[in-house]
Amino acid sequence: MEIYTLLREFADSWMLLFLFTFFMGIVFWAFRPGSTKVYEDTASIPFRHVDAPAPAEAEATPAAKKEART
Amino acid sequence: MQINASAAHVLHQAHSLNGFHAALRIAGDKAKGRKMSNFIKLIALGLVTLFAMIGTNYARDLAYQVHAVIVMLVAGGLFLYTLRRTGEPQVATGSLQGEYFDSVIRAGVIATAFWGVVGFLAGTFIAFQLAFPALNFEWAQGLANFGRLRPLHTSAVIFAFGGNALLATSFYVVQRTSAARLWGGNLAWFVFWGYQLFIVLAATGYLLGGTQSKEYAEPEWYVDLWLTIVWVAYLAVYLGTIIKRKEPHIYVANWFYLGFIVTVAMLHVVNNLTIPVSIWGSKSVIVWSGVQDAMVQWWYGHNAVGFFLTAGFLGMMYYFVPKQAERPVFSYKLSIIHFWALIFLYIWAGPHHLHYTALPDWASTLGMVFSVVLWMPSWGGMINGLMTLSGAWDKLRTDPVIRMMVISIGFYGMSTFEGPMMSIRAVNSLSHYTDWTIGHVHSGALGWNGMITFGALYFLVPVLWKRERLYSLSLVSWHFWLATIGIILYAASMWVTGIMEGLMWREVDANGFLVNSFADTVAAKKPMNIVRGLGGVMFLTGSIIMCYNLWMTVRRAPAKESSLTVQVPAE
Repeated sequence: MEIYTLLREFADSWMLLFLFTFFMGIVFWAFRPGSTKVYEDTASIPFRHVDAPAPAEAEATPAAKKEART
Repeated sequence: MQINASAAHVLHQAHSLNGFHAALRIAGDKAKGRKMSNFIKLIALGLVTLFAMIGTNYARDLAYQVHAVIVMLVAGGLFLYTLRRTGEPQVATGSLQGEYFDSVIRAGVIATAFWGVVGFLAGTFIAFQLAFPALNFEWAQGLANFGRLRPLHTSAVIFAFGGNALLATSFYVVQRTSAARLWGGNLAWFVFWGYQLFIVLAATGYLLGGTQSKEYAEPEWYVDLWLTIVWVAYLAVYLGTIIKRKEPHIYVANWFYLGFIVTVAMLHVVNNLTIPVSIWGSKSVIVWSGVQDAMVQWWYGHNAVGFFLTAGFLGMMYYFVPKQAERPVFSYKLSIIHFWALIFLYIWAGPHHLHYTALPDWASTLGMVFSVVLWMPSWGGMINGLMTLSGAWDKLRTDPVIRMMVISIGFYGMSTFEGPMMSIRAVNSLSHYTDWTIGHVHSGALGWNGMITFGALYFLVPVLWKRERLYSLSLVSWHFWLATIGIILYAASMWVTGIMEGLMWREVDANGFLVNSFADTVAAKKPMNIVRGLGGVMFLTGSIIMCYNLWMTVRRAPAKESSLTVQVPAE
């Protein structure tokens, strides 16, 4: 088979199906149950860590634990 | 009790001593590593300098020769700079992971403002060249006539102004939304300066005739290779930062920026697959031929619009509009669908540039259909941006910066309606090759890209230079109105002249002969060409006002409280 025909055959069938399913999957995934809560948190990312990066976890976690114990 | 405490004290001291030694050891290793990398740098820079020297001698054309001199000076200068620093004791700097890498963003902001003015000035000048051909000076033929300056203008505004805006804002946004410092240390500086070198090589090449005459991809093969290296470094910095992020989710703006970086890399490589005629000359031959070449070019060209000027700038919109409005984006779900729909559809729209050509009908129909469908995600994104202001519409009255962002989204909506309409074959038969296309491009570029960039710059400068506020809001208002009226003059005159031109070209008499010669249309366009030039003057004036305002913000505006050295104790 000619390479053009082969690619065209594939593009018109399996690739089309794959892209369409992938896209519909994303749409359904965006509206999955519980997504509203997750996205509320994600949408507020620009309002955190404005002046400095988040501290390294190794430093932050034990300190927080100590604080909690006392 | 006492003994216990002192034992603990000693233990603590020992620990801190251990830590100190460890730090010293790490610093030593680092210095050794730096020395090693300095030697590699010196070898590479020396080889490049030598190669450029040979190139200066053997150059087959002027553009290549001038570029060889530029490369020789840059590489040679860097060689001397690195040499002087090698073996010098390094000042130990503490870990910088606790702060953001903002110096490169400040440089990017300055570069954006500078190249913006250069690009707008070039555009205004060539607009008047079209109205008054005498401005194509006899003494500057072959350097500063319309044909040489036009690619200089398009590349200066798209790649120098827009590109620097994207570099600066993407580095800002990715750090803030990942809560992490830029990955790769000084690699971000390499990206910045490497990109500036690309701009200088491209611009000087155009003036001297070093061009492969592909729209928005004019630079010749070696400049393309250099941009590829810079772009890979850019991708590495960006991805590296996202990978080490502290936020569990990747904020939507980063998806758009990443889509822009990855797709532009792909487009650039495929559209510039050329074989140089000689390694000592700027000319090269593309591997594609005929209609395939045309299709690859407009696949590239339209996606330069779709991913450079749209996806990247949408990343800006999804960060700076919520920040300036002080409320999260209207619908995060919509933003996800917006992203995937936009990138799934845009990539197919290119063939609408090739209606009524050798391109098969099915391909141009495909491009047309996808362009029309593209209207939906575009307007979904526009609605998402505009509705972010719901509940804060009163800010439009008081905050000229948000007004700027809102009008940019308005222009985005307008030009993404106009574009699909013009891609329809029947409309295209009237609009193609006329000034309508140029008007469309400018309502998108000046209105959407320009205005959202200005908004981002007005947001960024006080933050990056730690000022409390902008120097003058009334100057922002002046900029806003000058730019808006300028764009309207531009777009309106181009609609009139474009449709007139299209109608004159197709007008036939009773016997089927064409009524107008080409020169007739040129003469009829003169008044509109002058109005267009005036619109450009207003837009340029606005941008100069912006530069003054930003400069004075850095110099005069009160510093932010938190940057004062004396800390005021809390009550």
